[in-house]
Amino acid sequence: MSSRTLAVDPNEPVEFYLREEHDHPEGSSTMLGFWIYLMSDCLIFAILFACYGVLGSNYAAGPAPRDLFDLPLVALNTAMLLFSSITYGFAMLAMEDKKVGQTQMWLAITGLFGLAFLSIELYEFSHMIHEGATPQRSAFLSSFFTLVGTHGIHVTFGLIWLVTLMVQVAKRGLIAANTRRLMCLSMFWHFLDVIWIGVFTFVYLMGMLR
Amino acid sequence: MVTPMETPNPADFVAVSPIFGRFTIEALPLHEPIVVATFVVVALGGGALLAALTYFKVWGYLWKEWFTSVDHKKIGLMYMILGLVMLLRGFADAIMMRLQQAMAFNGSEGYLNAHHYDQIFTAHGVIMIFFVAMPLVTGLMNYIVPLQIGARDVSFPFLNNFSFWMTTAGAIIVMMSLFVGEFATTGWLAYPPLSGIGYSPGVGVDYYIWGLQVAGVGTTLSGINLIATIVKMRAPGMGMMKMPVFTWTSLCTNILIVASFPVLTAVLALLTLDRYVGTNFFTNDFGGNPMMYVNLIWIWGHPEVYILILPLFGVFSEVTSTFSGKRLFGYTSMVYASVVITILAYVVWLHHFFTMGSGASVNSFFGITTMVISIPTGAKIFNWLFTMYRGRIRFELPMMWTIAFMLTFVIGGMTGVLLAVPPADFVLHNSLFLIAHFHNVIIGGVLFGLFAGINYWAPKALGFRLDPVWGKRSFWLWVIGFWVAFMPLYILGLMGVTRRLRVFDDPSLQIWFQIAALGAFMIAGGIACMLIQFYVSFRNREALRDTSGDPWEGRTLEWSTSSPPPEYNFAFTPVVHDNDAWSDMKARGYARPLDGYRPIHMPSNTGTGVVISALSVVFGAAMVWYVWWLAGLSFIAILATAIGHTFIYKRDYHIPVPDVERTEAARTQLLTAEAR
Repeated sequence: MSSRTLAVDPNEPVEFYLREEHDHPEGSSTMLGFWIYLMSDCLIFAILFACYGVLGSNYAAGPAPRDLFDLPLVALNTAMLLFSSITYGFAMLAMEDKKVGQTQMWLAITGLFGLAFLSIELYEFSHMIHEGATPQRSAFLSSFFTLVGTHGIHVTFGLIWLVTLMVQVAKRGLIAANTRRLMCLSMFWHFLDVIWIGVFTFVYLMGMLR
Repeated sequence: MVTPMETPNPADFVAVSPIFGRFTIEALPLHEPIVVATFVVVALGGGALLAALTYFKVWGYLWKEWFTSVDHKKIGLMYMILGLVMLLRGFADAIMMRLQQAMAFNGSEGYLNAHHYDQIFTAHGVIMIFFVAMPLVTGLMNYIVPLQIGARDVSFPFLNNFSFWMTTAGAIIVMMSLFVGEFATTGWLAYPPLSGIGYSPGVGVDYYIWGLQVAGVGTTLSGINLIATIVKMRAPGMGMMKMPVFTWTSLCTNILIVASFPVLTAVLALLTLDRYVGTNFFTNDFGGNPMMYVNLIWIWGHPEVYILILPLFGVFSEVTSTFSGKRLFGYTSMVYASVVITILAYVVWLHHFFTMGSGASVNSFFGITTMVISIPTGAKIFNWLFTMYRGRIRFELPMMWTIAFMLTFVIGGMTGVLLAVPPADFVLHNSLFLIAHFHNVIIGGVLFGLFAGINYWAPKALGFRLDPVWGKRSFWLWVIGFWVAFMPLYILGLMGVTRRLRVFDDPSLQIWFQIAALGAFMIAGGIACMLIQFYVSFRNREALRDTSGDPWEGRTLEWSTSSPPPEYNFAFTPVVHDNDAWSDMKARGYARPLDGYRPIHMPSNTGTGVVISALSVVFGAAMVWYVWWLAGLSFIAILATAIGHTFIYKRDYHIPVPDVERTEAARTQLLTAEAR
């Protein structure tokens, strides 16, 4: 409506207001707003990637990626996150069909995959720290832990959000407000997947090549 | 293969108690008589204010009608009040510095010790940018944009309230540092390694970090909110190229906010990790790189200055065209100039540190992009001049501020172009010439613009005009005071005096600092006159009342509704046919509808924003003082409150027709009384 210009003859009597009032449909700006939020979040990751790009080879005579990264483990981890995105997609399909039970089931599976991802990541971190590769050891490790950890924190908040939404869907069903929230979380979840693909490629794969 | 290393641990620098963290009674600056005296005055004044509020039983009213309000107009006004209150604090810092520098010659140490002086110049910069300029600009956008686009509120009304309170929470954290502990002594951008834990082991930098992080959440969310509002909520018929220029520049500013504040958030988070966890992002050893910080903070910092100035370019456009009685000259070029400035704002950051040795090619690139910005800005100046040309100019206060802006800002712009030349910058870097330059554009551009905007829209927001006599006194004191205060700084800068100095050896420089101090006192007079202006206008509000809703023969939609507007802004959504929608409506015989009202759908108030922000203050303070249990507790409480809020589904209501009828009938009465 707003992007259209009304062509009028200057001499014609014109309407200067809407007689028939219409409510702004609830949540009509939510998707746009959430997109803009995601892009702002994306910038935070961009800065962390940039830091890793600049500092990622400053080992300070400490361990390098080749000494630390366990690619099969990271591949498993990546698989967990990618599967969780697929299952979230199934949850959204079930939501479109208004099937509450199926939606909840797929959401739960998504949550379990997310939890698995986080557990593997925490295992990886604790293993590295145990070997003395702490975030304090070198600028490379500082930027590695911060970039990967920030992604992990995002997944953690995504899980909290997921559980909250499952409770809300259980209480109120797939009403408009809840489907809108599920859509937002869906964007968030897939966004984290995209970020992870960047992390996997840029940090792990290219790190092993160095 | 890997050897465990000794890592710098913040706990090595200070004893941390499990209950009070590193807070001890010595942290209270009782040894600083100036701070103690300030505290006494603030405590007495604040106590009297709280007592008065309690005595007159206005807490309930404030809570219900203001603190929890999601009305963009009330939130806008609260932002303005926050900005004006913080202006007094920031200006107190300024005049203390001016006094110190005017005194500290011929062996005198002045009256401020080094530690206190360093805190003052840091606090002055931080407060003026984050808690004066930002709230005032955001407040203006909040109030005016929805009215200009014919909307009833912003896209996310609760988020708007939350953003305001987060900004306030940040201000409270920074203000706490005045009386509990200390503020940063690093300068307003806190460059490491000076701001690292090794060189700044105290709480000052932590106050800085948490104050800005908390406020930054508010700023980013408010940016998202206003973009969505402008994109989604425009009245029917208002295409992008029919938006008022102020709305356009607000859109550009909010895009800049959303695309730059996350950078600040990230870089401050990294500094936090360096300080709290002992990571090595910006340290001198273990591979850290302090240059990273300087680059990143200016990738935010340069867009920030355009965030501040762009909305005011919009204000000047509205004011010039209204008070010249003409359509704005070159609307399209004005829009494109704003957009070009928005884009260029991202590719000039390196000019803040030409001297750091990026090499001739890099410096040339950033020098040229910086100079290029003067082209769209110059185009704007010419557009305003051509708007005035052959216009019937009315020299009301907003127009006076606009003309003062044009004369002042052009000088600031030209010294900016001078600084953009890398070889010249090598001479002038970090000198008082730079200080004079950015005060010239920030005071001459942002503040003059805010004063133009405040005088222009006050009748709309308050329902009465601001007193012109005291307004003019304030105007002349401010404008002349600015020139007297900052021209000596250009001269001193050219003579090689650097910024942030506390004492001076060369007695021949003193006279310039004394002139500058005189200018600062004139500005103090200007601020005093402005406060008197507000008081006098409030006292004479009946005489100054605006019953028409359109006291200046305005051209845009905000003037089509009453002053102050009803909570729903417009009883019927306006339909737009022209850039100057309200001029067009008046010219083509718009008749205000008097019946056929419908219930109006509005968002409900909520206290969640206040609660989360209050918890954020607790969280910030706990992090500053290493009170880990309290930080954890308050963080969990923030999460719980936020999640709890999502369980509230009923967030709106309808204003029933009789209420709308009553409000609109009152306006009809006012309009007919005026017509008689």
